[in-house]
Amino acid sequence: MQPPAPALDAMTTTAGFLLVLSIVIPVAGVLLAFIAGDRYVRLIACAIIPFGLAIAVAILVALPASNGPLVYLLGAWPPPLGIALRADALSAVMLVVTAVVISSVAAFAATDFSPAATETRAPFAFWILLLAIWGALNTIFLGRDLFTLYVALELLTFAAVPLVSLEGRSETLQAALRYLLFALLGSVLYLLGTALLYGRYGTLDIVLLSHRIGTEPAVLVAAALMTTGLLAKTALFPLHLWLPPAHAGAPAAASAILSGLVVKGSFFIIVRLWFNVMPGLPGFAATQLLAALGGAAIVVGSVVALRQERLKLLIAYSTLAQIGYLFLMFPLALGGTGQLESGGALAGGLLQAVSHASAKAAMFMSAGLIYARLGQDRIMALGGVGRVLPISVLAFALSGVALMGLPPGGAYLAKEILLQAAAEKGQWWWAVVLQAGGIFTGAYVVLVLAHALAPANEPITPDSPAPRIQELSALALALCSLSLGLVPWEAYLSIPHGVAPDKLGPEALSKALLPILGGAVVAILLGRWECPPGRLSRWKALMVIVGQVRRAGLTLGAIVEGCDNVLRQWPAACISLLMLAALFGASMLLSF
Amino acid sequence: MSGPTVFGLCAAVAVGLGLYGLITNPHPLRKIIAFNLLGSGVFLLFGVLGRRGAAASVGNDPVPQALVITGVVVAFSATALAIALLLRLFQKTGSTTLSSGAPPNVSSDPSGG
Repeated sequence: MQPPAPALDAMTTTAGFLLVLSIVIPVAGVLLAFIAGDRYVRLIACAIIPFGLAIAVAILVALPASNGPLVYLLGAWPPPLGIALRADALSAVMLVVTAVVISSVAAFAATDFSPAATETRAPFAFWILLLAIWGALNTIFLGRDLFTLYVALELLTFAAVPLVSLEGRSETLQAALRYLLFALLGSVLYLLGTALLYGRYGTLDIVLLSHRIGTEPAVLVAAALMTTGLLAKTALFPLHLWLPPAHAGAPAAASAILSGLVVKGSFFIIVRLWFNVMPGLPGFAATQLLAALGGAAIVVGSVVALRQERLKLLIAYSTLAQIGYLFLMFPLALGGTGQLESGGALAGGLLQAVSHASAKAAMFMSAGLIYARLGQDRIMALGGVGRVLPISVLAFALSGVALMGLPPGGAYLAKEILLQAAAEKGQWWWAVVLQAGGIFTGAYVVLVLAHALAPANEPITPDSPAPRIQELSALALALCSLSLGLVPWEAYLSIPHGVAPDKLGPEALSKALLPILGGAVVAILLGRWECPPGRLSRWKALMVIVGQVRRAGLTLGAIVEGCDNVLRQWPAACISLLMLAALFGASMLLSF
Repeated sequence: MSGPTVFGLCAAVAVGLGLYGLITNPHPLRKIIAFNLLGSGVFLLFGVLGRRGAAASVGNDPVPQALVITGVVVAFSATALAIALLLRLFQKTGSTTLSSGAPPNVSSDPSGG
């Protein structure tokens, strides 16, 4: 009935053992920490993390030498009987970035979550959950079986939910419970899709499945259910009800992990599903739909971010917008034959994910430092913080610059690749969305920096300075994100030739003007400001015009915020989830 | 109607009821129960798949059983985690509603962060 299984990757490669180690080491850390108890948990985590980093780098180095993906067959049983781990270029890059982000967050958290810091069990939980998230993410990046991915995804959620409520306040408990319930709904839909696929093809191995899969009703339903379930876990607009309170309520180090890494886990499974399992299935309509949701996420996330009063909520909404950015690559990766091609656009999308992971983690860490120093994080009251915490504000600014897609950041390279792909495909509308995304990001970064660099209204009380290691780890991660564009990616990702050849030249720098200047204008029109500074009073005529445009902008912003509030209600979010599943099914049916 | 079809329809009904409960019930505990019902429907579907393999004289397909066991463990731990969070929330606030968490942009929240 079924064609004989092709003998693909049916051998463990020489460096394959590294794949097992990269999963086993964090898990071993979790178990050891449980045995050793409160006092040694930080020590164990800090001992494990360099090992994990070294293994991730070793996988990255071993990959080009092995002439194809690294494979490890668990128990030497080849699929479909056994399950395999497999590292291709995407996995290797994600593994290393995850390890780097985890390492710098650990350096940041080492003072906050030291064993003697508090009487609570928060430090104990934090280090264990950090290692658990790492293990789950590595499994997601390496898993070659849709069910393994399901289990890893659940592990990721179970480790991420308690991180939200680490402080145990009632709002964060509510946020965690909402996150958990909505994520469970998403994962059940994913599991339902897996069941349908298994029932049709008798295997869940990604490589085998990609050879057997055809366009059939059951597969369409499965694809639509799995995609929607994963989107709910990724918090793509309009399925984002859980994200803002969860990411804004967690402690800084936890927010950095949640925003930088955890949402990338389910995003990575969507990429696997669409590009590796069923590249021929989605077709034009479904990719356009997915990217349209991304575009809506960019607009709504950014506009609502500009209207926030608190810095951490602003950054959480910025995450919402940046998640939308990740999905713009799908229509641009669609080849002429209706197949999704793992070419330049995928490289661009992955670079976007990688640079967002590092930049957003750095941004949350610097926001955490500002919060710790001021005791609050109202954006209006940030005046003078640039004097007191220069390094933290610099880290915030640099991570903002990296997020905006300014050269030489990874996001800049990603944007150039995607713009080129949009031009080649003739889909100019995505080029508009890409540029608008950069401008919106520029807007909220400018808004925060303008407040942070303004003189203080009341002098900030002298207090103990922020621990240097915390400031430096945030700064290092921001610099890391900003230098991603200079990395020679060609060995791993298929970067199209001649994209952004000159990353620091005058031409590249002139492209930087658009997000900054456009961002400043958008920030003036849509952002929250107190009364305009008195020294501008001689430009009264100009202020009148600006004031009128601003009033229109604020009304528009209020409408968008109202829509966001409605969509974040539980029934509305669930109904949009079901509608999205139906829409994805219908749009895939269109491309038959 | 053959056995697998009947069970398949039962699975569909369970999934539908679970989804309905998860969407419409405002109470978190009922949402958790609805999630379990939804999960049971999916597990039943896995059972049907294994059984259908048996009907086609392949012997009883063991893979869906292994998947269901794993799925049950996952659903069990999810339920435990959700109940623990709910209990903690009840201890803190004395109520178990999720609706008051709707506007997170409360400027009067000095401890938020």
